[in-house]
Amino acid sequence: MANDTTTTQGSFDSQWPLWEVFLQPPKGEAHEHAGSVHATTAEQALQNARDVYSRRGEAVSIWVVPSAAITASTPEDMGPFFDPGNDKPYRHPQFYKVPRGVRV
Amino acid sequence: MATKPQKTDPVEDPARVAEFEARIARGETIEPKDWMPERYRRQLIRMMSQHAHSEVVGMLPEGNWITRAPTLRRKMSLLAKVQDEAGHGLYIYCGTETLGIDRQELIDQLLDGRAKYSSIFNYPTLTWADIGTIGWFVDGAAIVNQTMLAHASYGPYARAMVRICKEENFHKRQGYEIMATLAAGTPAQRAMAQDAVNRWWWPSLMMFGPSDKDSPNSEELTRWGIKRKSNDELRQRYVNLTVAQAKAIDLVLPDPDLRYDEKTENWDFGAIDWDEFWRVVKGDGPCNRERLAARRAAHAEGEWVRAAATAYASRQADEAAA
Repeated sequence: MANDTTTTQGSFDSQWPLWEVFLQPPKGEAHEHAGSVHATTAEQALQNARDVYSRRGEAVSIWVVPSAAITASTPEDMGPFFDPGNDKPYRHPQFYKVPRGVRV
Repeated sequence: MATKPQKTDPVEDPARVAEFEARIARGETIEPKDWMPERYRRQLIRMMSQHAHSEVVGMLPEGNWITRAPTLRRKMSLLAKVQDEAGHGLYIYCGTETLGIDRQELIDQLLDGRAKYSSIFNYPTLTWADIGTIGWFVDGAAIVNQTMLAHASYGPYARAMVRICKEENFHKRQGYEIMATLAAGTPAQRAMAQDAVNRWWWPSLMMFGPSDKDSPNSEELTRWGIKRKSNDELRQRYVNLTVAQAKAIDLVLPDPDLRYDEKTENWDFGAIDWDEFWRVVKGDGPCNRERLAARRAAHAEGEWVRAAATAYASRQADEAAA
């Protein structure tokens, strides 16, 4: 492969900000994460997201969010953070006994 | 292609590696913030970026025919297909960035010749039948490979593959339709179709990479659930699928050794010219230099667009501040 570095490394090659893209499918489901795009402005991020993630009518609505604005739980949190929800079987209907033959 | 263990590979904590491999064995998905061995991260960056570059460079041989497509219908399809390839490149770059590397760095690696891309795109598209054959063979082979990768252990890669696989069938079918039409056409059109099949068949078999015994990365990629099937298994599946398709439109795959084995239920095929494969991988294919030159020119010529977008964004910011 040729090794001459004739690429123009202009000053505008710096990375544009990253935006996370969420699409809402036509059937009334919630917005779901699709991927990300680079863009200079929110408006451009929306247009890029449409071109990259919705070329076949996949979305009726698109959200773009600066990636840096997202706060997420970490894998280290996994145990303790989700613990309060993991040890309460009585929050599930199967926990409760009902008389045989009755549909509840 | 092979990445040997490097001196800079850190020594990993065996307990963490064992826990990581147990997660993969249980079929769990590895997500960007999860702990992973440095080798896993590096192998994924190498493999995913090569894959993304292939989508991007793959636009070039097809773009060559957009202005010469024989009808408006064919032209619309080809434009849409090439646009999809750009999208596929972006899906995978986006997935690769979750491993902690910037897209700009990946693109620099492509443009300065450090990164590889699929060698199939270093062959020229000489006739319109080549466009049909690329859709049928190259996208057909890609579907076989990507269907497997949709089960890869790394979540962002697997999800990008699911998205791509949904779109790839259009690519294959539009190619096969072109070939079926030519094969049922005039003697000259038939000859053109057969000639394209003759030139693309063997390179399409090489797309699956070296034979298992010569593929140094395979063992590790399989152990870590990035690959679920070997190069040879995937190649066999592709051959089995394609033989019947060729027969249906009366085109001949250029391999005198192609025969059905009742026992294995596979189509056995002849020996692949691995010298040619390595020659093209190492840069001496018919179009390696042309492809890179075209990518560099496109990047350089797009500079004013990037400059304009940046200027517009800073003006917007100024106006908002005022």
